[in-house]
Amino acid sequence: MHELPFVESVLKITMEQTEQAKAKRVVGVNLVIGDLASMVDESVQFYWDIVSEGTIAEGAKLHFKRLPAVFQCKDCGTKYQLDGQHLACPKCGSTRVSIVGGDEARLESIEVE
Amino acid sequence: MGTRTISIVENILDANDRIAQTNRELFDSTKTFAINFMASPGAGKTSVILRTVQYLKDRYRMAGVDGDVATTIDADRMAATGIPAVQINTGGTCHLDAVMLSGALPKLNLDETDLLIIENVGNLICPASFKLGSRLDVLIASVPEGDDKPYKYPKMYRGVQAMLLNKVDLLPYFDFDMDYFRKGVEVLNPGLSFFPVSAKTGEGLDAYIEWLTEQADSFLK
Ligand SMILES: Nc1nc2c(ncn2[C@@H]2O[C@H](COP(=O)(O)OP(=O)(O)OP(=O)(O)O)[C@@H](O)[C@H]2O)c(=O)[nH]1
Ligand SMILES: [Mg+2]
Ligand SMILES: [Zn+2]
Repeated sequence: MHELPFVESVLKITMEQTEQAKAKRVVGVNLVIGDLASMVDESVQFYWDIVSEGTIAEGAKLHFKRLPAVFQCKDCGTKYQLDGQHLACPKCGSTRVSIVGGDEARLESIEVE
Repeated sequence: MGTRTISIVENILDANDRIAQTNRELFDSTKTFAINFMASPGAGKTSVILRTVQYLKDRYRMAGVDGDVATTIDADRMAATGIPAVQINTGGTCHLDAVMLSGALPKLNLDETDLLIIENVGNLICPASFKLGSRLDVLIASVPEGDDKPYKYPKMYRGVQAMLLNKVDLLPYFDFDMDYFRKGVEVLNPGLSFFPVSAKTGEGLDAYIEWLTEQADSFLK
């Protein structure tokens, strides 16, 4: 359900950009979504089909670039992906870590005619 | 005509963050200390808020904003304590955003509000992404949800200044590994203020209220 506001923002930015570029039709929408953003591709597509109906973006193909959740240890520098059970550094056990990827959900570019 | 690609620089959340900043400036100008409570459904947001009002309403002029998908039940419960309360009906959206909040603010007399309590929509995923402009963002977890939540919803545990673990009166009935839970929280948000409480029995509330009072006083002074 939380995909809806995201999709609405994507459509709004798409409309602003196509108007500026005087494009006639949107054929592709390139999204970057991190695994920590908790968004499901199918839901994004579902809401997109609804909100884009009747606009020049109707029927545009959504392309998803998925980014894994990546942490980095501040002590030994190890980068690692989450396994859903452990958050600490798998190499040295440190809990001084930072999230370096997977947090984002954004519109990267659009393809227009 | 061929296909062209337009690169997008604007971040999806930029618009929300701008409005959140406007809300923040408004709160600063009216000297209103705004607190945003976030939690999953049923964790005890309303119960903690009612307790907070009970403790602090003689000390501060308080008001409440309640975000709910459809009903006014929680706003009514806040209003029943005697403080002005406004309901934001999110119409299906699973979090409050800065725009929704800014739309509700004119219904309150902020000039005469020291402490504004905001109850976000019950959800552990979305509210984390949408800043409101509040001074404090507080996460309420609860014992029955389980000790693995920081591991499953890491994002929610970042960007908050305090965390309450509610319903500690239920600890004897659940396999809740406090060390495992706290370790996860510590990784995600080192040094986070942490208060185990029970809104039901009142256990632990004194420490939380003392902390909140310090935060509010240093803003309001
Ligand atoms: N045992 C126990 N029950 C609690 C405690 N705090 C709240 N509850 C109960 O948990 C249920 C949900 O509490 P609420 O305060 O309505 O939770 P909420 O987060 O506001 O719920 P929503 O707004 O519906 O998402 C109620 O039945 C409360 O009585 C507590 O500390 N201990
Ligand atoms: Mg509630
Ligand atoms: Zn390490």
